Amino acid sequence: MARLRTRKHKVVLARSAGGDAGITFVLAILGAFMFLPMLYVLMQSVKPLDELWMYPPRFYVMHPTLENFIDLFNLMNTSWVPFSRYIFNTVFTSVAGTFGHLFLASLAAYALAKIKFPGAGWMFQAVQLSLMFNATVTATASFILMSALGFLDTYWAIIVPAWCSSLGLYLMKQFMDTNVNDSVLESARLDGASELKTYWVIAMPMVKPAWLTLIIYSFQGLWNAGASMYIHSEQLKSFNYAIGQITAGGIARAGASAASTVIMMMVPITVFVVSQSNIIETMGSSGMKD
Amino acid sequence: MSKKTATKKAGTRKDLTKTQWILKEMVRNKVAYFMVAPYMILFAMFTVMPVILSIVVSFTDFNLLEWPNFVFLDNYISLFFDDDIFLIACKNTLIFAIIVGPVSYLMSFLVAWFINELPPRIRALVTLVFYAPSIGGNVYLIWGTLFAADSYGWANATLLKLGIITKEIAFFKDEKWVMPLCIIVALWISLGTSFLAFIAGLQGIDRAQFEAGAVDGIKNRWQELYYITLPNMKPQLMFGAVMAITGAFGFGGVVDALCGFPSVNYAAHTIMHHLNDYGGMRFEMGYSSAIAVILFVIMVGANSLVKRMLSKVGT
Repeated sequence: MARLRTRKHKVVLARSAGGDAGITFVLAILGAFMFLPMLYVLMQSVKPLDELWMYPPRFYVMHPTLENFIDLFNLMNTSWVPFSRYIFNTVFTSVAGTFGHLFLASLAAYALAKIKFPGAGWMFQAVQLSLMFNATVTATASFILMSALGFLDTYWAIIVPAWCSSLGLYLMKQFMDTNVNDSVLESARLDGASELKTYWVIAMPMVKPAWLTLIIYSFQGLWNAGASMYIHSEQLKSFNYAIGQITAGGIARAGASAASTVIMMMVPITVFVVSQSNIIETMGSSGMKD
Repeated sequence: MSKKTATKKAGTRKDLTKTQWILKEMVRNKVAYFMVAPYMILFAMFTVMPVILSIVVSFTDFNLLEWPNFVFLDNYISLFFDDDIFLIACKNTLIFAIIVGPVSYLMSFLVAWFINELPPRIRALVTLVFYAPSIGGNVYLIWGTLFAADSYGWANATLLKLGIITKEIAFFKDEKWVMPLCIIVALWISLGTSFLAFIAGLQGIDRAQFEAGAVDGIKNRWQELYYITLPNMKPQLMFGAVMAITGAFGFGGVVDALCGFPSVNYAAHTIMHHLNDYGGMRFEMGYSSAIAVILFVIMVGANSLVKRMLSKVGT
């Protein structure tokens, strides 16, 4: 079905060969600019130490080795708090933070976009404006709040602020505005569906690309979080923080440090690939007609 | 009789005052308040309250140690009249924003649109190539390795070998190089959130519209972009603009990591750095809050300007 429609789409619209070539050319140039430094990151991680400090430096690796990764894992084993604990902390806060945010933000975004109620306008305005206020100066007030709530030195201090971040609500609201068809909602309401049910069963599937996107960047933000000023117990600290501590050992640890960059990227990239291929899959069937 | 009720429903309700009408609407839509409540309560606590508090603090001399005194506009006055470095920071921030903002915005949209023209099979992979620099938390540090100050850096080694230079350039410690390089790195990591929103937005456009457009005589993809794609993408374009503005004016973290703080002769010192300097290191909260308020006003101004420009899109 999806393929049939794509093919039809191609037949109907004229696509000049020159335009296709131009697009490929521009994408190739920009892609090289994006990709070559990334390739260098990968190369560095599999270079043995003598190649890392070779003169003149070479872009390509000559004798690829997993030495750096083994080094990194050995260093991890020497840590005082078991490394699995840091990994658990980060996985737990990333997953809980992302899904809580997705649920709360999309629920609120649905109401703001699709139910006309007094106050919706300025609530959305406030969220939008908050994106432009710097977080450094609000740190003092946030710290006092965290301590009053008893969140200091708990997972809550990481997870709850993630739940109410402004970005997700803004994104979901923008997509609900365009991609959710009012007439479909109206007929669902006439059929007696509650707003909660309309939101979950009808609106959410229509904005699937939006919430898959939200999952990507919310997860990635939490995954890459370093030391937090709200957390002081060693056993509650994040993976990124811990890996930063062990690779900060100067020249001798350059290899382990190069490997750690790759390790840190693996999980967000996996999340990205899974979500992104889902976004593109939904595309064929999302063209809904009324 | 029926006609009378109809006009009564549709027209202005003369039997109700405005407050009564709002109250009635609030009761009628009470489910909406339950839906926004969990998010909005947390948002008010963790975002709105701290922001309002900071705005109040910007009119005081709060330094975390002593009880704050009201100084009214003193912080703002000294920022503009006694603080030369702040003016340098403003200048640098504007340069960054004027280059990085529009370029990253246009690049995000064009690349997203080009990718959308590719066969579906390879789209996810190509998207990954462009998005990858934004995924890793500090993968941009690779630019520090590529442009290292000694001859072990790839850029220096290459330039030396080609005989273009005879002595290594300390790229991130040289006033001439700091700004251009930081702009390049900023652009390298700029295909982020808004790029993904554009990709997702393009997927969501109703296919039937393109078919109808073709029937109506749209000839090529540029017309299709202008008449169908752009008008359908307005909310995403607005989202992307806000991301570009906050990203471009709030730029600073990359400079810290690559050039150290402060950058050589404040060559890449931005408002963001100035703010972190006073707020994060000197604990002059009043002063740094005033900087945040100024940055906020600048961003809101830029945002309304962009909004006005975007409202003309596809009309």
